[in-house]
Amino acid sequence: MNAHYGIYGGQYVAETLMAPLRELEAAYEAAKQDPSFSQEFNEILRDYVGRESPITFAKRLSEHLGGARILLKREDLNHTGAHKVNNTIGQALLARRMGKKRLIAETGAGMHGVATATVAALFGMPCEVYMGAIDVERQAPNVERMKMLGAKVNAVSEGSATLKDAMNEALRDWVANCDDTFYVIGTVAGPAPYPEMVRDFQSVIGVEARRQCLEKYGRLPDEAIACVGGGSNAMGLFAGFIDDPEVKLVGVEAGGKGIASGEHAASINGGRLGVLHGAKTMLLQTDDGNILDTYSVSAGLDYPGVGPEHCHLHDTGRAEYTVVDDDEAIAAFDALCRFEGIIPALESSHALAEAIRRAPGMDKDKILLVNLSGRGDKDMENIMRYKKAHASASNV
Amino acid sequence: MKQRITNAFAKAKAENRGAFIAYLTMGFPTPDASEQAVDDVIAGGADIVELGVPFSDPFADGGVIRSAAYEALRQGTTLDWTIALAKRLRARHPDTGIVLFSYYNLIFSKGLEAFADAAADAGIDAVLAVDLPLEERDELLEFLKPRGVGYIPLIAPNTPIERVVESEAGLENSFLYVITVKGTTGARTELPPDLTARLDAIRAVAHIPVAAGFGISTKAQGEEVCRHADGFIVGSALVKCLADGKKPCLS
Repeated sequence: MNAHYGIYGGQYVAETLMAPLRELEAAYEAAKQDPSFSQEFNEILRDYVGRESPITFAKRLSEHLGGARILLKREDLNHTGAHKVNNTIGQALLARRMGKKRLIAETGAGMHGVATATVAALFGMPCEVYMGAIDVERQAPNVERMKMLGAKVNAVSEGSATLKDAMNEALRDWVANCDDTFYVIGTVAGPAPYPEMVRDFQSVIGVEARRQCLEKYGRLPDEAIACVGGGSNAMGLFAGFIDDPEVKLVGVEAGGKGIASGEHAASINGGRLGVLHGAKTMLLQTDDGNILDTYSVSAGLDYPGVGPEHCHLHDTGRAEYTVVDDDEAIAAFDALCRFEGIIPALESSHALAEAIRRAPGMDKDKILLVNLSGRGDKDMENIMRYKKAHASASNV
Repeated sequence: MKQRITNAFAKAKAENRGAFIAYLTMGFPTPDASEQAVDDVIAGGADIVELGVPFSDPFADGGVIRSAAYEALRQGTTLDWTIALAKRLRARHPDTGIVLFSYYNLIFSKGLEAFADAAADAGIDAVLAVDLPLEERDELLEFLKPRGVGYIPLIAPNTPIERVVESEAGLENSFLYVITVKGTTGARTELPPDLTARLDAIRAVAHIPVAAGFGISTKAQGEEVCRHADGFIVGSALVKCLADGKKPCLS
């Protein structure tokens, strides 16, 4: 198994986790060779998640912008409302195959927590989710959803009380309980084999989108655009087009209040090489090597690291990584609501904002494929709060 | 190269006891008090001291050491400050083994070569990075070895014996840090029943001393463990003394 992507990735973990990682690698390799594994995975994606998800031509938005056609890959229509469930189903199947009795997960915005709680209920496994205390407060509806699904939600109040601290606590749980517990990581970060495994489970996004685009438009998109926090929806989309050099891959990081402000979550554009949570990757950190708090209006992008494969794709130039700030993301959110009748997640709104930037300068026959990774119902309160703050700011 | 760690174990053995290795979080309860605390544990019989560098994301630590780390960070404790402290300690304690105990990002972030130079200059005997297992450690060892700075590998309850052999290969002035329990650092009232058998198996293949840590909080537990090991490590129990406003000493 390839543990590294260029200089990135690896297995920078405490010694106690090496044996569970070896066990996981072996189980994942065996599962990949076993047709019954992918058959069951695909059946659940079809009958339970509701795949395949369609691609939707954002006609009014594209006409308004007057340039390239914008296509949306509709991961927002999945059961649980985001792409996260593709991965949790894959990992839960693997957990069951390995004879693990219990699932644990970290979550930021709560979408991965909900997706893990969902599969835990589906497979009849106990589930504990670690969530930063600040996120528990600002994503209260998702906390209730997890509880309703039978999961125990543990608020982590130390450190910065956000996603990174939740991941620290999940790692502590896993170290102590690795014999019977499977750690369901929500993104393409963490030690090998997680980045590869999560990418593979999410690759259904890109594989479907490629086929759908060819069927419907007789050609590949010119650019495939996705938001990047840890980067799982982006890796899933990119995986479908990685061997099509004519398709530009574009990852969009969360610019928060702007890179210059220091309040952002753009690890590739604003970070420095480091080692956290098992992988060598680009990190937002102090000069001393301590990890910084991040900021984005979108809780799901609020992580100080990024999947190691993204860093490698950035170095090789195969993918390009841009930054969209809060204001642009909110504007894109509004545009999709009003032009298309679709309420996108704030995370996905970052990818959409990049497409809105690019489309006007492109010919009408060009295609921009945007991964609409999730729906925005969870963000209502955040958006109202944001707009209220901005309205009062502009009134001053 | 000075063999202070090897010598510390040899001295303890000659005195018919196990080596006492004391971990303290640097910068806690204050930077000055942590420096005094190291002097105190050495005066109290520590053969080797582990200087714990506080990190923002201490995912391998239990509550006591985590709280200490956050407080030390709040007071501005850094890796560079800790290395400077090690240099002062070295001047005062020429024979005590000094281990720098850190999360890897702090070391990596400084730059491996600059770090190795500074560690050697400060008279640090060996480095232990919690999240730098066998698979990844060569990138650091490449810089430590030529400067005569050792490396301490961790051995977990689920580390296979072949891996123990690989882990100690090529290391000198070092010891195997055997983690007694699966979990984070912190005191346990009881140690696992299979620990003694595991220690015996590790010692049977090891060419460097074997010390046990995690969960050991009293002198009695340390002595018990040392019937099957060459030394024992106490961390959280000492840090707890400091948190309670007491001198760090072994009960």
